[in-house]
Formats: sequence, structure tokens, C-alpha cells
Amino acid sequence: MALLEVEGLVKHFVAERSLFGRPLAHVKAVDGVSFALDAGKTLALVGESGCGKSTVSRLVLRLIEPDAGSVRFDGRDLLSLDAGALRAFRREAQIIFQDPYASLNPRMTVGQILTEPLALHDLVPPAQRRERVEELLRLVGLEPRLARRYPHEFSGGQRQRIAIARALAVEPKLIICDEPVSALDVSIRSQILNLLRELQDRLGLAYIFVSHDLAVVKHIADHVAVMNLGQIVETAEADALFAAPRHPYSRALLSAIPVPKPRAKSSRIVLQGEIPSALDPPPGCRFHTRCPYVVERCRSEMPMLLPDGIGHATACHRISELPSSEATVPADGGFSPVLEKLVAAFSGGTEAVRGGGVSSLGMDPA
Amino acid sequence: MSAAPLIDIKDLRIRFHGDDGRVTHAVDSIDLSVAHGATLGLVGESGCGKSVTSLAIMGLLPKQSAEISGAIRFDGFDLLKTSDQTLRDLRGNRLAMIFQEPMTSLNPSLTIGEQIIETILRHRGGARRSARERAIELLRRVHIPSPERRIDEYPHKLSGGMRQRVMIAMALACDPRLLIADEPTTALDVTLQAQILELMRELKAASGAAIILITHDLGVVAEVCDEVAVMYAGEIVERAPVDELFSKPQHPYTVGLLGSIPRLDHRADQLATIEGMVPNMAQPPAGCRFAARCPFVRDVCTRAPPPLVEVSPGHLSRCIRAPLELLVS
Repeated sequence: MALLEVEGLVKHFVAERSLFGRPLAHVKAVDGVSFALDAGKTLALVGESGCGKSTVSRLVLRLIEPDAGSVRFDGRDLLSLDAGALRAFRREAQIIFQDPYASLNPRMTVGQILTEPLALHDLVPPAQRRERVEELLRLVGLEPRLARRYPHEFSGGQRQRIAIARALAVEPKLIICDEPVSALDVSIRSQILNLLRELQDRLGLAYIFVSHDLAVVKHIADHVAVMNLGQIVETAEADALFAAPRHPYSRALLSAIPVPKPRAKSSRIVLQGEIPSALDPPPGCRFHTRCPYVVERCRSEMPMLLPDGIGHATACHRISELPSSEATVPADGGFSPVLEKLVAAFSGGTEAVRGGGVSSLGMDPA
Repeated sequence: MSAAPLIDIKDLRIRFHGDDGRVTHAVDSIDLSVAHGATLGLVGESGCGKSVTSLAIMGLLPKQSAEISGAIRFDGFDLLKTSDQTLRDLRGNRLAMIFQEPMTSLNPSLTIGEQIIETILRHRGGARRSARERAIELLRRVHIPSPERRIDEYPHKLSGGMRQRVMIAMALACDPRLLIADEPTTALDVTLQAQILELMRELKAASGAAIILITHDLGVVAEVCDEVAVMYAGEIVERAPVDELFSKPQHPYTVGLLGSIPRLDHRADQLATIEGMVPNMAQPPAGCRFAARCPFVRDVCTRAPPPLVEVSPGHLSRCIRAPLELLVS
């Protein structure tokens, strides 16, 4: 059984009200989204700004209330939970945000930040909390003595580690990662991605990974759901999607990734025009205003998300007529042999240099 | 580069004097040049000095706290010695810049048309009517739909991608010889990034302007640059033609950066990481600034600062262990 099952989720925000408070316009942020996630796996939600991916992640945690649909977590219907049961559920699902500067209370020490969830859920007796905090810090590759410091004394990457440690404090089954590495430098980004991957292997965590960076998604995700204007247009295993994206929107998105290889082979589809407003999404297929393959039917009839029977579902009327998607995803062709060896030596070298190791848990201290 | 370069930076040093008396070495002894019509990528992580370098070229650093030495020759001027008046004449005219945040670099209380027209009238003079026509033409050149209508809109009505197009239109208003683009696509979605990069390529081909592209994204560098300079802790650690940099990097920092990018056609279990932290630039280390984080470090690295030497024609590295391929063969 899946850990998380989301069915027909809908959330419309009121964008404008009349003088008497009657809603005049709605933003259709999420409009009929369904997916499932198994324990220990990673589902990535990808799409452009405003496609509803962050709203979905908040709905799943019931940080905001959906207008329709259901969310089942470990067999329980989340939407019927009362306040007490909802608080208990917070132990099992956590979230980390993009901006590690804004998500930690600047007036609390790291020790206090990490003790709070332990006390709130009464997970660890007061006498042992300090020890648990040190353990959490080691788990995310920080030195236990740092517990006395304040957030402003840390770099962005270290703050994101603290946010991860706080999420781990309650031993959750699911962590929602909302653009967790977007604000970080390249070399720090790889450290956090490695850490997330290792924690998943060790602790059996499931992730919902919200990101606009598709190379990162390819690296971390098992499953991918591509969203456009509040709807999932394609969902598949990550490898299948990146090998052969089917929906014209997924193709455009993947083909736009810049790859670190000069003169990389790619047949880039540059979408023309703007992302339509979610206030007034186009009728029919919501992608039709930018779709290179649009036909009359697309303008009036909304396509359903149809599974192909082997785990790949697409919402496109023209799915059977589209040209092959070969070479859509730019091939970086791998590194040159010299670079491949150098990178291996670079990583191996750090291993050797690291020697003593910061963490007693055998974690990468990066 | 046989002809004289468009811009030639020699021994640029920038120090910031803090209120507490501390001196931060933001940029140290940078030599750079860009030929007419070429695109140079300036790559590095937060705090490496890449944006400060570009602000020094534009003359936008605060005079009270920034101590600048060296020379920046552009178009017959030494930008570090010209008067403020001359600099104002150059900026927005022959020298133009676009920033990462199109939301904050446009004036919210003026229509986009007024902002572009202001630039044209300041540098070119002429009648308001013809400036307006030119502004509409510029908006059309950056592919803004129905520019005749859009020109009278305020920035908040435009999306992020549109605002960046307006910024580019404004930068192009007086046909600059050098365009500095500081992370121009970082705040944009990947689909819009593709549009803007294509636009920049197109405009470069049409106008022949040189571009200095500041970015942390090596994918973007690979797509649009001819030459790359990698910066670390205020210094250029490697400089090479773009193909060379990606196939045979000659500085360990570049290797680490390349290894830490998730790749599309290869799923590595672990990405390379660069251990440790950037050195404190109030007291830069005596030897190589990357030594403390370098897996290839030797004792000598920490004793004296390594010079920037030519490893192969046009390929410079600030690493005494270069050529690096000898380390792995």
C-alpha cells in the first residue's frame, strides 16, 4: 500500500472580492491533482512558477485546506482528522523550505530549535534531549558543539542542514522538500543532495521534491509528475520520463535544460509566448496556447491523464500522433575521459583527506 | 586576440573598508580582457568577487568604502580615472548592464516606455516622439508582443520574463559595445531562461556587442560563452576557451564545480562535493586560497601564492600541479 494517496485535489484561491466580500475571481492553483507515493521513494513535482507545485505540497500537509479531493496517509484520511490527530500526523510528515535564512527563528539557538519538536511531541525525556540534539546534528554532518550557536552564524548550506535536522527530529516518514537547494551555491547544492539521498537510504524516508531544476530532479527522483497550471500533464518513472518525455509541455521543459557541455546535441523547443494566468486558464488543454502541436480539439476539450498500463500517464489528445521524442533531452554526452578521471580523483582525494571524519554515524560530513 | 581588446582589465584590486576597521580583499589582482563581439563567462560561487568586478567596471562601487586600484581600459578611457560625468555618459550608452532581479531594477512608478525613453533622450537627445518610436522598436526586438500597447504599462503588470526583456531593451537602447549581464536568467523558469538566452545570442549576432556574462550556472556558460574565467576567493583561478574548460579543466576548483553538477545522462550515486569553507577574506591565506579544500594539495601550496600560468595556448591556471591530467594518467 502506498504511504501517501492523493485523489482529485482542488484548491482555488479567491483573488478578488466585491465590496460585500463576494468572490469575483479565483486562482485555480490546483485543479484535480492525483498521485501516490510509496514509503522510501521520491516523487518530484516539476513545472514553472505558478503551476501549483508548492500549493500541492502544502495541501498534502494540510497547512492549507483543500476545496475538494482526498489525502490518505498511511491509510488515514487526513482531511477528517481533528486538531489532536492532526498534530500527531505532524510527527510523520515534515517540510523543508527553499530559504534557510527565513525558516529558522533568529532568536533561538540551534539547540533550542532542535529541542522544540522533541518537547512539543514529548518524544524524548527532558534529560536526554541534549544528547538527541547532538545526535541530530551529527546525522546532518554538523558538529554537536554548534548547538549553542544562533542561525546567523551559519552559512546557507549549514542552515539548510539545520532545517533538515529539525525535520528529522520527529522521525517522520515523509519530508516535503520545497526547492531545498535552489538558494544554494553549486558545490553546496551537491552536498545537500548527497545528504538527502543518504538520509533516505538510512532512514527509509519518502520525499516529495518540489523543484524547477530538472537536472536536480533527474538526480534525486524515482517518480516525476509534471505540472502545468494546476494540473498534472504527465507522470512517469524518472528514468522513463527523461528518456522519452511524451507530453509536449514536458518535452519543452526538458529540452530547455542548459547542459554543461559546449555544443551539446539538442533539439531545443523554445516555447513562444507567456505562461497563461491561473486566474483565467485557457479552455480545453491548458497548454494549447503555447503548444506547437495544437489542433482544434485541444482548444475546447480538456484531455484526461491517461495511463498507458506501464506506469506512464499523459494528458494529451495527440499523444499517438506526436513525433518521436528522441533527442529531446539534451545529451551532455558525459565528461571527457580526462575530466571523468579528475572528478573521480577529486572525490576520492577528499575521502582520503577527510580521514578522521566528523561524524560518528559514518555520515558524509559534507 | 590580435586586435586591441574592447575592454582590458589590468591588476584590478578591490578592498572594502568596514566600519569596524576590517579590510576585506574582495578582488585581488585580476587581469581580464574581452575582444569585440566576444562573450566571456565569469563563473564562481557567492562571494567570489564576480559581481564586485562588474560593478567596478560600471563605476558603481561606493567611493567611501571601496578602495580600487589597477586599470580598466575601455574604448580609450581608463574607467578608474575618468570623471563621474564621463562615466555617466558611458553608462547606458556604450556600457550597459542587466541585473538578476528585473523586479527591483525597474522603477515601479514609471511606465516601461518612460524608462526606456529617458535613456534614449539622455544619451542621444532628439525629439520625444522619435525616442518613443525607437523604444517601441526596441521592445519589438526583444519580442515583446504588441509593443505599442505594452510601452505604456507599469512594470508590475509584466511577468518576470517580460521584465527581463524590458531590461534588455533598455540596455540595448544606445547600441552598447559592452553588455554586462549579472545572472540574467537566475530568477527565471527554465523555459523563460531558454528564451532569454536565445534572445541574447540573437542580439549579439545582430549588434556585435561584447558580453560579460556573470553566472554560477556552468550549463548556461557552456551554451553562450566563448571564453570562461573561473573566480575563487577574489582571484581568477582558471581562464580558458569554453571547450577546453569543459574537457580539460586545469584547476582543482573547476574540477570540483563540474563534478558537483547533477548530470542528465548519467545517474551518479554521489555528486562530488567541495569540502570546507571559502577562506575569510579579511585575512586571505598566505598560499593558494583553495589549498585548504583541495584534495590535490601539497605542502608547497600553502607556502606561497601560485601564479596564473599558461598551461596550453590560451589556457591559464593558478595551480602549481597543472597540467592536471598528469595526476590521473
